Amino acid sequence: MKRSFLLIFLITLIGVIYISRLFHLQIMKGSENSLTHSATIKVEYDYPERGYIYDRNGKLLVANQLSYDVMIVPKEVEPLDTLEFCSLLKIDKEDFKKRFTKAENYARWLPSVFLKQLAKEDYAYLQEKLPKYKGFYIQKRIIRNYPVKSAANVLGYISEVSEYKAKQSDYYEQGELIGAWGVEKQYEKELRGVKGKRYYKRNNLNEITGSFKDGIYDTLAVPGKDLILTIDSELQQYGELLMSGKRGGIVALEPQTGEILALVTAPSYDPNLLVGRNRSPNSVKLFNDTIGMPTFDRGLQASYAPGSPFKILTGLIGLQEGVIDENSGFFCNHGYRYGRRPNEFMGCHCRIVGRPVRLKTAIAKSCNTYFANTYRKIVDKYENATIGTDAWSEHAKSFGLGNYLGYDLPSGQKGRIPDGKFYDRGYNFRWGATTTISNSIGQGEVETTPIQLANMTAAIANKGYYYTPHIVKKIAGNTSLDSAYTTRRKTTVAPQHFPIAIEAMHESFTKGTARRSRVEGIEMCGKTGTVENFIRVNRKKVQLVDHSIFVAFAPKDNPKIAIAIFVENGGYGSTIAAPITSLLIEKYLNGEVTRKHVEDRMINLSLQERYDNQLLIQNTDTIATRTK
Amino acid sequence: MRQERNNIFAGIDWLLVLLYIILVGFGWMNIYASSSTEESREIFDFSTKYGKQLIFIGLSIPVIIFILFFNSKFYEQFASVLYIISLVLLAGVLVFGKKINGATSWYNFGGIGLQPSEFAKAFTALALAKLMSDRQYNLKLLKNQAKTFIVIFLPAFFIALQPDMGSVLIYFAFFFVLNREGLTLSYILFGATTIILFILTISFGSKWVLSSCLFIITLATLYGIYKDKRFFRFNALKILSSYVFTTLFILGISYTYNNVLEQHQKDRFDILLGKVEDNKGIGYNSFQSEKTISSGGLSGKGFLQGDRTQGNFVPEQHTDYIYSTVGEEWGFIGSTLVIILFMILLYRIIYLSEIQTNKFARIYGYSVASIFFFHVAVNIGMVIGLFPTVGIPLPFFSYGGSSLWGFTLLLFIFIRLDAHKKYDW
Repeated sequence: MKRSFLLIFLITLIGVIYISRLFHLQIMKGSENSLTHSATIKVEYDYPERGYIYDRNGKLLVANQLSYDVMIVPKEVEPLDTLEFCSLLKIDKEDFKKRFTKAENYARWLPSVFLKQLAKEDYAYLQEKLPKYKGFYIQKRIIRNYPVKSAANVLGYISEVSEYKAKQSDYYEQGELIGAWGVEKQYEKELRGVKGKRYYKRNNLNEITGSFKDGIYDTLAVPGKDLILTIDSELQQYGELLMSGKRGGIVALEPQTGEILALVTAPSYDPNLLVGRNRSPNSVKLFNDTIGMPTFDRGLQASYAPGSPFKILTGLIGLQEGVIDENSGFFCNHGYRYGRRPNEFMGCHCRIVGRPVRLKTAIAKSCNTYFANTYRKIVDKYENATIGTDAWSEHAKSFGLGNYLGYDLPSGQKGRIPDGKFYDRGYNFRWGATTTISNSIGQGEVETTPIQLANMTAAIANKGYYYTPHIVKKIAGNTSLDSAYTTRRKTTVAPQHFPIAIEAMHESFTKGTARRSRVEGIEMCGKTGTVENFIRVNRKKVQLVDHSIFVAFAPKDNPKIAIAIFVENGGYGSTIAAPITSLLIEKYLNGEVTRKHVEDRMINLSLQERYDNQLLIQNTDTIATRTK
Repeated sequence: MRQERNNIFAGIDWLLVLLYIILVGFGWMNIYASSSTEESREIFDFSTKYGKQLIFIGLSIPVIIFILFFNSKFYEQFASVLYIISLVLLAGVLVFGKKINGATSWYNFGGIGLQPSEFAKAFTALALAKLMSDRQYNLKLLKNQAKTFIVIFLPAFFIALQPDMGSVLIYFAFFFVLNREGLTLSYILFGATTIILFILTISFGSKWVLSSCLFIITLATLYGIYKDKRFFRFNALKILSSYVFTTLFILGISYTYNNVLEQHQKDRFDILLGKVEDNKGIGYNSFQSEKTISSGGLSGKGFLQGDRTQGNFVPEQHTDYIYSTVGEEWGFIGSTLVIILFMILLYRIIYLSEIQTNKFARIYGYSVASIFFFHVAVNIGMVIGLFPTVGIPLPFFSYGGSSLWGFTLLLFIFIRLDAHKKYDW
């Protein structure tokens, strides 16, 4: 036996190896074999209708429509009267040949689209005639339809699922449709429903040999759910109308619930452009417009310096930290000097000289000096600037700034509320409150998106809390919203500090910067903002026209709407942003606008010329760099 | 002696016969599953593959009786004659044979094909046993070694001309026999090293393998010198030659691989070693058979319920890839059972060989075990994706008359020799 040890050993070894391999293949990898990926089973899908989308008042925003494609299987086509057939489809003979060859090149035995999206009247007529022509048939498809030409950025669009996504997912197959943007993307699962499946057996030649196990695995389609949005379509359309010819974003919230009443971005586009026959040329036009950027949602994605509205926050933090009170006063001498060098001076336009400025006035008149002092006191209250800035940063962040808000739309920006660490890195620990003094007035390193600003305004209106903004009011069939949208989020500033700030915001409409935009009968509270912005041209800093900003809420005591608006290069906050906001509030609260002259002026005001000029300035830079 | 004449079944090992019946029977069930269609399940339809296999199985009964009919001395005496006949048949097939799938390995008698290489294995084993059981024979002598190699590799040479590399490979199984009879392990070690170096060279390229081999040799030498200062002086020639041969060998492999091997042979190695992934072309078979086996799960999909088998996904499933049917329809339990049955068969043959008093029977039995082992290991290894695609059948399972009869011949001659052991003294 000793001599036969080698063979016996090898037999045992190979036996063990093979059995472990079988264990690996059959037991461990065996579970990977699902029905849909089995080569022996063919799955046919039954696609349910996609859910409809309504606005908060039940107005239909997104529906479905039928579309009819003429399909061709080249192999089955028999000789036909081309002339008659062409006149039937309203194409010429050349076109017919081209389409036929294309289909043939794709695959002779597989169906491909011969003519896309027939008109409805053509379909009825063709349906009778087409059976005469072998190899052609009509396929019904469901596509989206937008009865209201607005809110493209909110609604989003659907498109074919990407190859990568189809591979990753266990639901989508290549060629299927998927929500690609906006609500369509965010609520894809609810809207699409679940497709029904039918399994068939097939052999290695792909021929179907019968139903698989008598259909015990087959499932029925579950129709998609309808969505009711928080959007007020009237307000949304009005906002879009007012923004015509301008660039920027408007976000309107209902402070008591966090519902998004309007989410306007300008320029925008007609959602019907991304549906139907001209989808691809249109989408090329839209997505390649890198100047106007109509597919860029400025309300969610544009991160700007918030400017003066941020002063309210500085004031509130000052109150909370106890470094100021209602009666604290600072002298403003056309600005604030924070260093000895001539450029270490922050100008101010409040024009109050010779008497101390107090908090209410400071907000209403937008006094830079007051808030620079407050900011410095906040930061210097702590042992060093890092800790002080951290404390300030925590307060600001509790208003929903500096990070994703968590709303139910798929795009967004974090914005920026710097903390101590941020400056430690940037300035290598040699910095103090004065280094970052611009933060006090919402310039410097602070950045927010319009929706964050609107949310901040809502938090002020609510006196210290907010609900996470959201776009969906109700999903048909679901009883309640996600708890994330019904949880009250408190700010770190205590409620008793808010009334003074709200009074001050009210005053800005009565005596302050927004007094020309006041509306009789509505108690509005607001704050203007004017943000400087620069670009580099030929390595020199060039100042462009300021961004116009406004935040407001109304009515003062029982806030129903909070708005933030941003108009790129609109100049002073009081010249464009404030009137538009007041019009929107008037429209929303009263249902109609009485100040027709203001409305007309705003609608007809176009900044296109200004944008074109700026583009020229930017281009000289590019050209200059290139010629170097 | 009279007793034996009266009953040809006297003394035969019933365990081997039982294993044979189980394997052949189960094999046929799987051929039935893989070659029948839902429309035609008629068992006695002789136009189908499974119908023909039923005939082959039926015909193996007279073959068995015929084998058992002869006295075991007959095989010992006529071993050389049988061997020469098989050589003639192998040479003849090159001239008169029919070319199927690029290989001339079939005699065609009015529609019935016979593959001489399937029978040659048994006769080579007989000849080898005859040669080595001679009293004068001593494997330590180079002359005898040369004779032995000629006996083994002459038929392999003819088969290589067909060409049927899979069957040639089987002849290397005889090294186990030689080892059993006293040939030093160095031949097998040398062979194993060759194969390992071959695979490493193809996988990682000659540069890396060569430098690491030389590094290892250098380390070993340095260790030797460290142990004993005179090591180098005594072994200088050996050390130098190991450097030279390793270098030549590895360069030789990469030259052979790149310039001598045909593309389809290279492809097989490349796929197995994972150098290229190709599930549609040349790798289709392996990919499909692995998938098919894996889809069986623990207990399989049940007889005739394997959808991949029924859908004909694995090409050549009834012949070389029959084991994938077992995997799909009988699952981990069934396929493990088959492996265990083969293991029992092999252990039993080895055990019976070892207790033979007759050297001829022992050597023959050991050859049978080695040949079965090679067939089973290579075939199943290929089907479960552990071995490159080599076209050799799974004993008793694969479709085909020649291979079934060839294995029957191999096994039952041994049963005959074994049955005789008690009458030998």
